[in-house]
Amino acid sequence: MPRLVSHPDEVKIISRRFGMGAEKIDRYIELGGYEAAKKCLAQGPEWIIDEMKASGLRGRGGAGFPTGMKWSFVPKQSAKPKYVLVNGDESEPGTCKDHLIFLHDPHAVIEGTIIAGLAIGAKVGFIYLRGEYRYLLEITERAVADAYDRGFLGKNIFGSDTEFQVITQTGAGAYEVGEESALMESLEGKRGIPRIKPPFPAVVGLYGGPTVINNAETIASVPHIIDMGGAAYCAVGSSRNGGTRLFSLSGHIERPGVYELPMGYNLKKMIYDVGGGVKGGRKLKAVVPGGSSTPVLLPEEIENLGMDFDQVGKAGSMLGSGGVVVIDDQTCIVEFALRTISFYAHESCGWCIPCREGTDWLKKSLTRFHAGFGAASDIDNIQYIAENMMGRTFCPLGDAAAMPTLGFVKKFRKEFEDHLNGKPCPFAKHGVPQLTVV
Amino acid sequence: MNSEQMTLFSPKLAARFDVLVTKYPVKRSALVPMLLYAQDEVGYLSDAVIAEVAQRLNITELDVRNVATYYSMLRFKPAGKYNIQVCTNISCMLRGAYDVYERFQEELCIGDKGTTPDGVFSLEEVECIGACCWAPAIQVNYDFHDELSPDHVPGILSGYRGKPRSEGSR
Repeated sequence: MPRLVSHPDEVKIISRRFGMGAEKIDRYIELGGYEAAKKCLAQGPEWIIDEMKASGLRGRGGAGFPTGMKWSFVPKQSAKPKYVLVNGDESEPGTCKDHLIFLHDPHAVIEGTIIAGLAIGAKVGFIYLRGEYRYLLEITERAVADAYDRGFLGKNIFGSDTEFQVITQTGAGAYEVGEESALMESLEGKRGIPRIKPPFPAVVGLYGGPTVINNAETIASVPHIIDMGGAAYCAVGSSRNGGTRLFSLSGHIERPGVYELPMGYNLKKMIYDVGGGVKGGRKLKAVVPGGSSTPVLLPEEIENLGMDFDQVGKAGSMLGSGGVVVIDDQTCIVEFALRTISFYAHESCGWCIPCREGTDWLKKSLTRFHAGFGAASDIDNIQYIAENMMGRTFCPLGDAAAMPTLGFVKKFRKEFEDHLNGKPCPFAKHGVPQLTVV
Repeated sequence: MNSEQMTLFSPKLAARFDVLVTKYPVKRSALVPMLLYAQDEVGYLSDAVIAEVAQRLNITELDVRNVATYYSMLRFKPAGKYNIQVCTNISCMLRGAYDVYERFQEELCIGDKGTTPDGVFSLEEVECIGACCWAPAIQVNYDFHDELSPDHVPGILSGYRGKPRSEGSR
């Protein structure tokens, strides 16, 4: 069972029902659940979107797009049905927050989906979970069935004449399906390859209808925002970054876990106070701040770094999915870079060439490097390939592979040079596991 | 429907599929879940499974294969009764996932994507399974086991030996 953690600095909004039995509908109602949906039903779409805009909530999947604005892009009149699509295909390495949301508070996702549906005028919402999360899908399906039994979902939700249906869906193993257009393809029973944009999903999305796609954490935040009011939620966070977010602390950290902290919380404090510091009291070498696709940061770069979309962006990285991966001084960065790029090479859907060929090329170069057979020119070549992948693919997977690679090469060039000319990995003596050399 | 097709899936799964194809605005949306649920019961996507899924959705077998080959959880050969999936992605790697993975290989005397001769276990190195904060983590079929060290491996294996196959719940 995933362990729940706690720290005094946490501001528990999304996680306030974790571990309280709220996966059961009676308990969820007892804890104030479904009041937000009822309120939204009475207030209407414009009020909901205004509250969402006031909350300053930005997409928790990684891109950080303002949620209220996204919802307002959906045309009011549409010949085709409109849809809400909840992205629970959580698969960015370093991120396991949605795992806990579906485990402890599936009704918050359902309630958030209803509210999103009311806001855009959709009658159907889909909740898509990655295939590996089967036990969480079962928990969610039970919660959906209970919500139907109570009349919270169906033809006449909460006794009104408004209809809203929720349909759950399982994936079957594919990181790429976390990209919104690939997600729609997968849900339509196809290979999960991205669509060209524009048109954007808000205009032409699932089954060709206008579609709002939000990350599961974004959707789970919605009922809480309605409960406490958009302005109050916004005030918890930092400038232009409303509220809290679930940070997944993992890697070489003393107390790993998912912590809910205000947006803008200092990264150094997050590692040393909240997470208890580097494991075994060792020295910090680097931090991946927002999931494996975000460029690595050095210890001196995190001193005064507030964890919100703008500040991390200014520091040359991204807040991404909030997956903070801590790396100690006994880790080989070349090996870490290789493991990162191996993932992207495995997950590239193959639809466009710069990503399909680029990830594979980078993996081969880094494999050779790690084995001690790199050439000095390889360092520049790795950088050249990565730079040429950037911005040249249909979806952000190409960037997600290129960005961290560029970060590793630029910030740890010396360590790459130490691997040249048949020299064994300088960290091998510390018992760092070696990858199989191809 | 001929008799071979009628016996391919259990009555329970067949009934589930009958509901599944009516669940979505477009029938084909049932494809990926059907393939996964069929694999859970049959063990892999055999030619017969692909043919029946195609027929139920009124699409070609080529369409089914085209989609099925995209998803990493779907397989076209049988795996062990308990498929052990060891995550070695970054968060797990930093906390010793390769040591855990090696211990599984030693205990089972099989390598990546291997199956034990008795067909009880198969082993696979997999990408991130979404248990980064409880690393290193593995999945045995759909069950998660987390915060592991190599010493946990023999106990996990003996726990599954002689146990009826779980149906996806923890």
